[in-house]
Amino acid sequence: MAGFLVLRIASLIPILIGASVVVFLLTRLIPGDPVLALLGMEATDEAIEALRIRFALDQPMPIQYLAWLGSILTGDFGRSIQSGREVFPMLTEAFLPTVWLSLAATAVSLAIAIPAGVIAATRRDTAADYSVSFIALCGLSMPSFWLGVLLILAFSIHVPILPASGYVPPGDDFLGFLRHLVLPALTLGTALAAAVMRMTRSTMLEVLDADYVRTARAKGLRQRTVIWRHAFGNAQIPIVTLLGIQFGQLLGGVVITETVFSWPGIGKLTVDAIFARDYPVVQGAVLLTAGLFVLLNLLTDVLYTLIDPRLRLS
Amino acid sequence: MRALLANRRAALGALLVGLAAFAALFAPFLTPFGPDKPDFTAILSGPSATHLLGTDDLGRDMLTRTLYGARVSLLVGFLSVASSLVIGAMLGAVAGYAGRWTDAVIMRLMDVIFAFPSVLLALAITAALGPSLTNAILAIAVVNLPVFARIARAQTLVVRSLDFVEAKRALGFGPVNILLRTVLPNITAPLIVQGSLLFAMAIITESYLSFLGLGAQPPTATWGNMLRNSIAFLDLAPWMAWFSGLAIFVSVLGFNLLGDALRDALDPRNN
Repeated sequence: MAGFLVLRIASLIPILIGASVVVFLLTRLIPGDPVLALLGMEATDEAIEALRIRFALDQPMPIQYLAWLGSILTGDFGRSIQSGREVFPMLTEAFLPTVWLSLAATAVSLAIAIPAGVIAATRRDTAADYSVSFIALCGLSMPSFWLGVLLILAFSIHVPILPASGYVPPGDDFLGFLRHLVLPALTLGTALAAAVMRMTRSTMLEVLDADYVRTARAKGLRQRTVIWRHAFGNAQIPIVTLLGIQFGQLLGGVVITETVFSWPGIGKLTVDAIFARDYPVVQGAVLLTAGLFVLLNLLTDVLYTLIDPRLRLS
Repeated sequence: MRALLANRRAALGALLVGLAAFAALFAPFLTPFGPDKPDFTAILSGPSATHLLGTDDLGRDMLTRTLYGARVSLLVGFLSVASSLVIGAMLGAVAGYAGRWTDAVIMRLMDVIFAFPSVLLALAITAALGPSLTNAILAIAVVNLPVFARIARAQTLVVRSLDFVEAKRALGFGPVNILLRTVLPNITAPLIVQGSLLFAMAIITESYLSFLGLGAQPPTATWGNMLRNSIAFLDLAPWMAWFSGLAIFVSVLGFNLLGDALRDALDPRNN
């Protein structure tokens, strides 16, 4: 297991380096002078000169990249043009709300998707199966911001029982936190639920055909034990894999949902920074998200080797 | 029963996609209004006989803008998916056929694109290049590239070792000829299925970008920027939020249904 972990982590290094090159190049693609883009129009001549030297802008591109990477690796993401604050603490502040939202969305999606998928699979080709499958396809086709807007219309405007936007830290007022969390979590959870449900259904269908399930039935075990212990137990690997991948994509969906509901996480921070042309913040937020995304993929791999030890050998 | 239902799904998908295509092609003939023409006597008026879906904050007819919005969505979907499919298929086929370091270099590059959540990367690309329709197409094409490349590579690995490819090689045909004439035609089916599903994704991503103000710029009507515009008027003019979102939903559902039906039809395991 330790050897597998080391190998798997080592394989991340070229990808992370590649990702950092992409983010570096993107900041260089911005039309105009990158120093002005990073410092803002009102920067003093000294500040401009200092950044030019630190980023080695008179040197060739590869050296510029190394200089940039050096400052990123020491945790120096620069300062926000807009607020003058350091970017790193801004990222860590926005991190927690995004984590809450993602976890809540995952919980919502699992609570809907797993039972629905199992029902669809065990009643294959019945009206229940078709309805669940069609609803899932609708969920996949739903643009999340529209769902968000519809939920706001329904629960904040027509029947005003939930707040339409904003965030309360869970430590300050836990009930208020939950009330603000409901609509964004539903919005973000729906798309995820659709994908997980489809995967649950198709994996369960395969597993229900397996010999050990027939054996379990032949032993006279109760239907519930057969389905949940024997079949679902073995259907977990593809579901966990998909969940890992989807959870990463969730980080993208978070951008839209947080913007709709003014949820002060990484996504909203990114969008606000894009509009303010606050490039140091954009750069830091994109790097952080890509790093998280890659880590999540690693975690998925590790998790399913824990569930299925056979995978460690290959 | 399943086949019948699959047919019905495919038919529904084709109908919904057809509806969007019809709106895009014939928008000017379907409505007496111009998409960008303000009417300050009819600001934020609800659905009525004159304005079936109501008007927006500048008095522009929402039905007209929804119809014209189909143009942007389908154009972005088609151009981004087509270019990404062609380039991705070539990269993947070359990687799979050549193997060794060519394979390693191409696929590691694709892995790097995969290191970002796709919406976020599209966002970052359009933010860096500047918001415009062209850059939105480019960004969506780039984020889809690795999907097509991986499928093409996997298929090429299978096709490469088949007898008829071996035979062509033995006859002295060069790699370019074999790739274009023999490998590519044999790997297209799964690429097209994926293309249909990614067309749906592309429409959603485009709407996200224009929702955030990073797609086609106003006054061009896009479903995304119409929804964005509606947020400020949710309590005054809820109809502004209904139909642009519905249009996205319906056309995306159409492409998803078509893609699913195609996949079922082409997947031999289902027969």
